[in-house]
Amino acid sequence: MLKDFTKGFVKENPVFVLALGLCPALGVTSKVVNALGMGAGVIFVLLGSNIFVSVLKNFIPEKVRIPAYIVIIASFVTIVEMVMEAFVPALFESLGVFVPLIVVNCVILGRAEAFANKNSVKSSILDALGMGIGFTFALLIIAFIREVLGSGTISLIPIGTWDGIVSIPGLSKSPARVFSLAAGALLVMGYLKALFNWAELKKAGAKK
Amino acid sequence: MTYIGIIITFVFINNFILTQFLGLCPFIGVSKNVESAVGMGFAVTFVMSIAALATWAIQNFILVPLNIEFLQTITFILMIAALVQFVEMFIQKSSPSLYKALGIYLPLITTNCAVLGIALIAVRSNYNAIESFVAGIAAGLGFLLAILLMSTIREKLDAEWIPAPLRGTPIAFITGGLMALAFMAFDKTLLNNLIG
Repeated sequence: MLKDFTKGFVKENPVFVLALGLCPALGVTSKVVNALGMGAGVIFVLLGSNIFVSVLKNFIPEKVRIPAYIVIIASFVTIVEMVMEAFVPALFESLGVFVPLIVVNCVILGRAEAFANKNSVKSSILDALGMGIGFTFALLIIAFIREVLGSGTISLIPIGTWDGIVSIPGLSKSPARVFSLAAGALLVMGYLKALFNWAELKKAGAKK
Repeated sequence: MTYIGIIITFVFINNFILTQFLGLCPFIGVSKNVESAVGMGFAVTFVMSIAALATWAIQNFILVPLNIEFLQTITFILMIAALVQFVEMFIQKSSPSLYKALGIYLPLITTNCAVLGIALIAVRSNYNAIESFVAGIAAGLGFLLAILLMSTIREKLDAEWIPAPLRGTPIAFITGGLMALAFMAFDKTLLNNLIG
């Protein structure tokens, strides 16, 4: 049971290992706070869709299951859109088109198809939380590297009068701007994936 | 914006893959050889152009008059899923050989963010019907261009020695990153200089 929860962190990390949900992983990670917002949205949608798919698994006919899943997912995405627009309009604005695009995030449909329609509600909830946290964790790593190198800052959630931005002395004056642009995102992703592969290969080598 | 402006914008300046990160999954997944990359590119272009037009019609004839724009995400994705299904059946009947070539990629297009992406971007940019259609074609061609370049590079890479941890997707991402770097040469100033 516990394995359903923890497998998403590293072993089956949706971004680095399964290579799902890549578009938002790169599109919203120029700032740490955007990665946090995106992660929260995905966790909510994933949780909702996994619960619904798992509850309804005996009622949805096999042939129309994918459209049915898409409707369930799209409903939760609409809720996220409305809540974000109402309560955190600045975040909603900077995530832009990527909020409605959660609907085509392969992680969510992938979990519905590969896990929730075969397992109990309880396992599906744990799976959703684990995968969601793994996804958020991956986004945060990418965003952290890109923001620190690309703008020399770390933007967190603003609290009270504090605007939530930590600037790193030295780096914030002359950052390597390319990391906050598209090219940097792809490069960071490539090297992080290579790091994961390297760790995997080393582990396999140690076993022999 | 003129049609040429829209085309240049979506093919080069705002290339969906290399600057907007839309449609990355097939870009990495289906770029191992040129033939399937081209097939995927054309299938996506076709679906994107029709999807942009169809979602424009839904937005302006159904959602706005009835004041139910909040259902945009749901209706658009269902429209795209139905459209992909329809295209699949149509191709299967009319050209079995094309169906065989595209077969496995067609269902994947539903969850390609580029298709929903162009629908949403066209609506948000307030394009009219023809502009939406042109934007759909242009964004699809941009996708085709990127995936074609990528698959050609990857076929060459197959013959080279690559350190073990970088093999497969990591090197594909890094190659994509370098391509994006090259595409940075296309920017708004270029567009303004070209068409004034």
